[in-house]
Amino acid sequence: MKEGIEKEPIIRVRNLTKSFGGVRALNNVSFDLLEGEVLGVIGPNGSGKTTLVNTITGFIKPDSGEVFFKDIRLTGLSNWKIADMGVTRTFQIVRPYLSQRAFKNLIVPLWSPRARRFASSRGGDRDALAIDLLEEVGFERDAYVPYKFASALPLGYLKRLELARCLALRPEVIICDEVFSGLSMSEIASMLPLIERLHMRGVTLIMIEHRLRELFRVADKVIVLNFGEKIAEGEPERVMQDEKVRRAYLGEDIGL
Amino acid sequence: MGRETGAIERRKERLDRGIKARTEGLYAISSWREVGYLLAPRAGLIIGLLILPLILPGLYWQRVLGLAGVYALLAISFDFLAERVGLVCIGGAFMIGVGGYISGSLNYYLKFPVALTIPIGTFGGALLCTLLWLPCLPLRGIYFAVVTFMFPFLVSSIILAGGFLGSTEGLSPIAGFPNIWIGIYLIISIVLLSIFGLRRLCGEDIGVVFAGVKDNDQAVFASGVNVTRVKVYALFISSVIGCFAGAFLSHFSGFAGISLFAVDFSIMPIAACIMGGPGTLAGPALGAFILAPLSELLRGFGQLRVVLYCLVLVGFILYKPEGLLSWAARKYHQIERWVKV
Repeated sequence: MKEGIEKEPIIRVRNLTKSFGGVRALNNVSFDLLEGEVLGVIGPNGSGKTTLVNTITGFIKPDSGEVFFKDIRLTGLSNWKIADMGVTRTFQIVRPYLSQRAFKNLIVPLWSPRARRFASSRGGDRDALAIDLLEEVGFERDAYVPYKFASALPLGYLKRLELARCLALRPEVIICDEVFSGLSMSEIASMLPLIERLHMRGVTLIMIEHRLRELFRVADKVIVLNFGEKIAEGEPERVMQDEKVRRAYLGEDIGL
Repeated sequence: MGRETGAIERRKERLDRGIKARTEGLYAISSWREVGYLLAPRAGLIIGLLILPLILPGLYWQRVLGLAGVYALLAISFDFLAERVGLVCIGGAFMIGVGGYISGSLNYYLKFPVALTIPIGTFGGALLCTLLWLPCLPLRGIYFAVVTFMFPFLVSSIILAGGFLGSTEGLSPIAGFPNIWIGIYLIISIVLLSIFGLRRLCGEDIGVVFAGVKDNDQAVFASGVNVTRVKVYALFISSVIGCFAGAFLSHFSGFAGISLFAVDFSIMPIAACIMGGPGTLAGPALGAFILAPLSELLRGFGQLRVVLYCLVLVGFILYKPEGLLSWAARKYHQIERWVKV
């Protein structure tokens, strides 16, 4: 079976540390991620989850520590170069181009050097590619949703647009920074199959999430951050049994 | 008058009714009549600008028109960078100066013909502007604006202090155009080319990337695109237009001197842009063709002309923030016509 083959980790994070003034946002965080795995990152508010995303993808330079993608050292590279290598991210606070139609939003990633390297094999018109991609993430073409201006779209679509922007780059790793936050139950329910489909396709995913129930349906492995430190790592169910994790989420038992 | 003889129902309908209803979702124009509605203002602009030099009385106003063309190019170049790419560059005077001095000195010292100096001044100058502003590109908003505003002062001080390139005297005479018509129609055709060329460019994929840089540069970075490189492209395009204006001006006036670095070239495009309608490209050109002759009429007031610019700026920001062209376009589309039901 496949389990017999030794898989090389696709992402290796080593001793990442980052402080903002006196606040340790990340403290010595390390983990490995195998190709095709889905890693969940959870933790209370302010535990350093988004800082982790920002340091991996080059939007913030870490104080110390390193991130490797396969054998390439990502730390110190500029953010667009990291995206260019196929390590893409979504933003927790969505960043659409509001003055443009939804499908025109995808022209930017499709115009990028990485997408153009792939385009030679598939060829064609970027507008058509963009609309196909939007359909894939659930923009109903028949209702002309891809043609609507981004400023007219509700949050659910904008979150999908964030994902579509990553997909346009044909990524190897997607780091989703709370794609489910702010969505209704039905919106999440319709988005989960999309995540599962990406997983099936062999895309490596890191999912920062607060919605544990939904996350645990797709995650192979979970790490828990608290005050910038990794306090637990392992399979979802086991991690939630962990005493330290319970304390981080629910607080100390003060013995009342 | 809702009903006519013969029992044909008629009602009033806006010119853009059909166009607007369909383009909200899809791009479609359904008849030649609608194409005509869209083409009429564009054709009006082209024909108007081409006829303008013919109906002007005398050489003086033709010279003013040439100058207005220079301001129009600067305004277009400013509008493109500020509204389509999000880079506020108020270094119009620098572009004029660099383009003007390069083509001027090539003609003065090396006796190159005009047909050669203008292209060299345009592209060489644009290259120089882009290279010099390159280190400032990561700056955003007002910071980039301030740095670009400083450059003309910097270079003119160097020229004056070092006594280079004719120093205070300037370089004169510089060969002019064979006759004034060539000059005037050259600048008018470049103005039209810039307006329609840039509008076309903004509709292409690269234009969408420019808009992305303006809307949200972090998202552009996350898309694997080097934002600084995109800004360099935009800055070069804009500098080509500005430096052409400079190269043209030095030959049109037969003189290249410190006055090419005058603050007017940096400030007036902003006033023209706000007056004409920011983001429309044609609007700022229109604004320049109104403001430049107006400021010539007020030449007697000397430096008080700056007060005029300020009044225009304040007036338009307060009462017509959309600008003349956007206002006119809105009114044009609101024109109603009778249609059979």
